[in-house]
Amino acid sequence: MTNSSSSSKKQAQDQPETSEPTLKSLKAKMTKSDEKKKLKDIEISVPIVYGNVAFWLGKKASEYQSHKWAVYVRGATNEDISVVVKKVVFQLHSSFNNPTRVVEEPPFEVSESGWGEFEIAMTLHFHSDVCDKPLSLYHHLKLYPEDESGPLTMKKPVVVESYDEIVFPDPSESFLARVQNHPALTFPRLPSGYNLPAPMQVDDTGKKKRGDTKDHSLGQWFMSFSEADELLQLAAARQQVQAHIAKLRRQISLLEGQNQTIKTGTDL
Amino acid sequence: MGGTDAKDILGLPKTPLSLTQEKRSRPQKESHRKPDGISREVYALTGGVAPLMPSIDVAHLKRRPPADEKVAWQWLPFTSSARKDDLQLYHWARVVNNVPPTGDYSFAKYNKSVDILKYTDEEYENHLTDPVWTKEETDQLFEFCQNFDLRFVVIADRFPVSRTVEELKDRYYSVTRALLRARAQSPADVANHPLMKEPYDITRDRERKRALSVVLSQSRHQEKKDAEILAEAKRITEMRLAARRAEEPDVSANENAGLDKADGIVSGRSISPSSNSQLPATAVAPSTLTMADYASTLASLRMLHVYLRTYGLEQMVQAASSAVGLRTIKRVEQTLQDLGVNLKPKVPTKTVCDEHLELRKEILTLLNLQKQLQYKESEGSSHREGLYAAMPDTPK
Repeated sequence: MTNSSSSSKKQAQDQPETSEPTLKSLKAKMTKSDEKKKLKDIEISVPIVYGNVAFWLGKKASEYQSHKWAVYVRGATNEDISVVVKKVVFQLHSSFNNPTRVVEEPPFEVSESGWGEFEIAMTLHFHSDVCDKPLSLYHHLKLYPEDESGPLTMKKPVVVESYDEIVFPDPSESFLARVQNHPALTFPRLPSGYNLPAPMQVDDTGKKKRGDTKDHSLGQWFMSFSEADELLQLAAARQQVQAHIAKLRRQISLLEGQNQTIKTGTDL
Repeated sequence: MGGTDAKDILGLPKTPLSLTQEKRSRPQKESHRKPDGISREVYALTGGVAPLMPSIDVAHLKRRPPADEKVAWQWLPFTSSARKDDLQLYHWARVVNNVPPTGDYSFAKYNKSVDILKYTDEEYENHLTDPVWTKEETDQLFEFCQNFDLRFVVIADRFPVSRTVEELKDRYYSVTRALLRARAQSPADVANHPLMKEPYDITRDRERKRALSVVLSQSRHQEKKDAEILAEAKRITEMRLAARRAEEPDVSANENAGLDKADGIVSGRSISPSSNSQLPATAVAPSTLTMADYASTLASLRMLHVYLRTYGLEQMVQAASSAVGLRTIKRVEQTLQDLGVNLKPKVPTKTVCDEHLELRKEILTLLNLQKQLQYKESEGSSHREGLYAAMPDTPK
């Protein structure tokens, strides 16, 4: 009895109406050993991009409202990260009214108008089966382009984005089960013979209709991040270093041989 | 209390009357606490605190012998079982009711001696002959052992043929062991004899004494160096323990090998502190340290339950650089820039981060090797210089 009551607390959103004994016992089993059933060396990572887009207001710009900007966190390929992220709390500069903005559904962004650049803290809160602890990202709002000499234009915004990945080093089984095959994250390769339970039916009726986040109004300005270039760079660098190392090793062993002969020479 | 006594001795004027009045009231309070039967000074020796277990039965202290007994002291002769000769000694004895004390001399029981086995000539012929030891020497050894109660240092000093203490010990113990074995009915009987269970090993004894003398003759400088290394090794093992406790028991062979290497370094330093062995030690030590650092960093990352990959990479880079100085870190970063690699990856996916870390590690190895090469070159040139200095006009 206590098992089922605790399970209802933990997975409030995943309460199936069906009361099949197998499903319930599975839930009970998982909640009991949820903490312990974290597999080693399996990590789930969610690639995200966070940053801002800022438009100069041009003719309509006033002293205190020179730019219109939006700060956001999104999936790296514009997939929907709300499968993992429950809400995002944006902490703006104290001069804004209600500087603490809570966004509970995608797109996780805040649009404002202003004149100043400052650091924005974005705290991601995850669903309860994902992680209890929130994660904070910091982004410095950029309104003015790098090239200070050029004229400001209303047409092209200033876009500054950073790529990163949220890593969950020890995901729980329920988390794994829920997110299998979701495009927003990289799912790890499970050890052979390991069977995940079938994903729970997520209760969708309570939520508003979620648009496919791929069609974002600012989507045209988003940067794309490809690891290919970086990997090429790194591979080339490693090759160089390894070749250098091999050369040095040869030189050292050569010298060692020489030193030995010199030493034996003095002994004679 | 002591204050007034001291002042008395020194001849200083005593304190004013009011104080002495105070002091008079205090002794009454103190005598409440002090147990009867012991004088104040004796009690103060114990710290003035009552013992946990009453060890002194106060009643005994002031007890007088029962009044009906007649006690006298007389100058009487006595015999002691400890003496083998006929010497007649006298002492004062407590005579009660005209009955002199009976029994052996009370101190005779302290005359203990070692059980030295005596062999017959026949036994010697059969079991105890030795290429190095003659029968006369062995006989003399045993006589000395008997006389001097197995005090080998004394025996070694007086032995006519100069032999080391270890040699004497070895001969004595092996003879006794052979005798025991020969005399025993069956091997099992003798197996429990201490000499059989833990036989004397001359090489181990020599090694032990040599090691002791090394430790004793260590200079203070060496001592400090050894203490540092031991502290370092302790730090490593503690880090490893923490990492192992955090992760599941998945002891990698690397870590074990690293630990042994660390122990090897410690003993290597203490036994042969030549400059040659120092270089490999410094080259090896950083790698063993970073193995533990990586493990503990991974463990602490896991404990976070969620982290950004850039943060994770930062931590691992820090772990890799923890054993090296700031200059080396700067050189690594310079090398990365020269190679055209971003110091912080722009697209930090898992593969990119792993590659980046591996690259950094390889650069560290590279810098290490460069240093080694420099050392070798300078060694080689100094050898050559020495050669030329010794033989100014070398033929060739």
